[in-house]
Amino acid sequence: MAVRAAWHRGTAAMTGARLELIELGKNFRGLRAVHNVSFTVPAGAIHALIGPNGAGKTTIFNMIAGVYRPNAGTVTLDGRIISGQRPDQVCAAGVGRTFQLVKPFKGLSVLENVTVGALHRHRDLDAARQSAEAILTRLRLHDRRHHLAESLTLPDRKRLEVARALATEPRLLLLDEVMAGLRPTEVDVMVAFLRDLNARTGLTILLIEHVMRAVMALAAEVVVVSYGEKIAQGTPQEISRNPAVLDVYLGEEDAA
Amino acid sequence: MTIHRRLLSGVAPRTLWMLMGLLALLIVAPHFIDKYALSVLILILYFAYVGQAWNIMMGFAGELSLGHALYAGLGGYVAAGLFTHYGLGPWAGVFAAAAAAALAGAIVGYLGFRFSLAGVYFALLTIAFGEFTRIAFDHLDWFGGSAGLFLKVDVAPNPLDLRGGPFLFYYVILALAAAAFVLSRLLLESRLGRYWLAIREDAEAAQAVGVPVLRYKLMAVMTSAALTSLAGVWNAFYYNNLFPETAFGIGRSIEITLAPIIGGLGTLFGPIVGAVVLTGMGEVFTSLGDTLGIPGIKQIFYGLALLIIVMYRPAGVWPWLSEQLGIGGRPR
Amino acid sequence: MTSDFLLALAQAITKGLLTGMVYGLMALGLSVIFGVMRVVNFAHGEMMIVGMYLAWAGFEYFQISPLVSLPLIAVLFFVMGYALQRGLISPFIGRPEHQQFLLLLGVALILVNICLAVVGPDSHGIQLDSQFDSYEIGPLVLDAVRLHAAIGAIVIAGLLWLFFTRTRIGKSIRAAADNNMGALVVGLNVRRLYAVTFGVGAACVGAAGALMITIIPVTPSLAAEYTLLAFVIVIVGGLGSMTGALAGGLLIGVSEAVAGLLADPSLKSMFSFGLLILVLLLRPQGLLGKRGT
Repeated sequence: MAVRAAWHRGTAAMTGARLELIELGKNFRGLRAVHNVSFTVPAGAIHALIGPNGAGKTTIFNMIAGVYRPNAGTVTLDGRIISGQRPDQVCAAGVGRTFQLVKPFKGLSVLENVTVGALHRHRDLDAARQSAEAILTRLRLHDRRHHLAESLTLPDRKRLEVARALATEPRLLLLDEVMAGLRPTEVDVMVAFLRDLNARTGLTILLIEHVMRAVMALAAEVVVVSYGEKIAQGTPQEISRNPAVLDVYLGEEDAA
Repeated sequence: MTIHRRLLSGVAPRTLWMLMGLLALLIVAPHFIDKYALSVLILILYFAYVGQAWNIMMGFAGELSLGHALYAGLGGYVAAGLFTHYGLGPWAGVFAAAAAAALAGAIVGYLGFRFSLAGVYFALLTIAFGEFTRIAFDHLDWFGGSAGLFLKVDVAPNPLDLRGGPFLFYYVILALAAAAFVLSRLLLESRLGRYWLAIREDAEAAQAVGVPVLRYKLMAVMTSAALTSLAGVWNAFYYNNLFPETAFGIGRSIEITLAPIIGGLGTLFGPIVGAVVLTGMGEVFTSLGDTLGIPGIKQIFYGLALLIIVMYRPAGVWPWLSEQLGIGGRPR
Repeated sequence: MTSDFLLALAQAITKGLLTGMVYGLMALGLSVIFGVMRVVNFAHGEMMIVGMYLAWAGFEYFQISPLVSLPLIAVLFFVMGYALQRGLISPFIGRPEHQQFLLLLGVALILVNICLAVVGPDSHGIQLDSQFDSYEIGPLVLDAVRLHAAIGAIVIAGLLWLFFTRTRIGKSIRAAADNNMGALVVGLNVRRLYAVTFGVGAACVGAAGALMITIIPVTPSLAAEYTLLAFVIVIVGGLGSMTGALAGGLLIGVSEAVAGLLADPSLKSMFSFGLLILVLLLRPQGLLGKRGT
């Protein structure tokens, strides 16, 4: 009951935004990390970005999130250019993100962590706390809200990371390998949560994932990158039969 | 959130009564203790105040400044200079002093943060600015140069000009220390303070949730600098003299950091506890050194205290003490 | 510009180069410690003056010239440095920087005040027999004591270079500095290497102190000045670069001497700190350092 009520509080703001990457490119001192990557994630959709390690997926995320400035191309959110802005400005535009290696505020409690996120939209500390508590309830972390973030297990830290990002009331959520390190049952719980979140609020979600179970279950469409370039795009079923994609993954295994 | 709520939320009644009791004691103390004890108490309150001011930058925003004497020195010199040359009283001069310090803080902070200096390098930058200013003031005659700046003492007591006996200075520094304590608490329980803590814990993650890191770091430096400058003003009018060597010296910068570090970085009570421990025992060791005729004993003690704390209680004395006393959950 | 002035300038520059060589040796010690292990040795200047005091004591009480007591002091400092690293500093290598820094600050406070307690605040210098000798190269007059000190510094720097490039342990240290994990994996005893590194760095400082006392007298207040100077030189010259430390030392030595000639000597430090600020902001790897250090 409390969980259902919690859904309705603070979800009004979260309708999805449309993400467009147009000919995105990034170099690092002569190394071409990302080259000519373009794709669109329609408002309210869940898409996945996959590819072998080092393919440039996180670099793409970082360009969307404002950590890197692209050397070529643009990123737009609902038509507005967000590439080249600082990460906090991108957050203000409506993008929330998690990190591949989770970055909790270790010395702060679970509630305080999420409250920092909520303070982005609620200037008053009390109101921010209330918003944070609602989100923690949805993510079933409410009972541990006064525990230090440092004391949480990895799966809980991942949930905390998602909660904190959600607290900023984004319209696009970028999840960087949020399933990594989770056991299959935990993966299912996270998948169910994300599916539910997307269904109720229409939040646009882009996932970087290696855990195919999650990709198959969640993504309406998948973009595959390898060596910084997009090599395929399609439904999960389509790309699992795509020879170029298989080559990239199996080829890797051959070499190993 | 009203100020009343911000101040008191989450505070156990027992803690509140203890604090009120302590404040009441401190208010009446001067009438019951001798001159020497009064001077020690004044010193404790001074270090508690200036430590609290420094703590805002380091403990809250996480930036190690070893050049804080710059702000105290600027504060003292600006106010003292205005008083000596134009007769402008310190209660007015303090605004100019704070403004000068805040500007200096903005410059150091902007340069450091914009150029992504962290840790040691940032600390070295702060030292360099402190030293640079020290040498500059050695050559600024308006401020007395290396010979020093002296304030008129042979005048009638006048609180408006901070001319008076130890009682006056005691109550001023007590008010400052109490105000700093309350201010720190208010800051912690605010969006500003929360953003600072987030920056201290993980600036990149903070930025990802919408915290404009550079802007908030600058605010931390400028707030810390302005508050520190008030200590400098008080200091100048209490001792009635200023020399670039001591006002801006690295010795003073380090002195400012000892109490909060030993007491507990980033905590509210840390600087106070640290000030009590350091000053109290410092006095013991100074008199020991005087009796034995050996200079430098107090500093050796400070060095040892620093070593012991860093090795065994890096979080400081207060977190350990609060556990023993059963006060409060986390270091706050 | 009169030829008198030019001569005075050349004289100052020469003097600066000679003194700068000793500064360079001092900075070399920090370059080894900070550059290799990233230990922020805030006690560097304090170690320097301990070396100066020891050399002075050797001369004052046993009539041993610092140039003779130097090897003994260097060995003593090596042992002390090794023990300090092994015993005190080692657990701090992984910890937050400011803790390491505070640890060494504690050590610095203790060292300098022990000196103060034992010897008192007055300055102590030595007068060698060769005090007033000089060599002449054309119109330039080189102070004999300074020249000997500079030569001593060069010799020691040379020995250090040989150590790091020709001995197995020296090469292991450089390997560990470059790639800690890799060093562990190939079986290098990194903890012992670090202790040796600190010992070597300390030995440099001790030697530099023994040389420096022949040039200027020692007081406790020099300690903080030298610590800062060492950091300025190492950062300006470039972390991890031995030539950078020496070059930086020369640069500072010359700027000091020239400032003494042209303006107020106290402004010399202003130049050093100004340079530090500029380097920190614009080229943190230093003038001769590698990018990404």
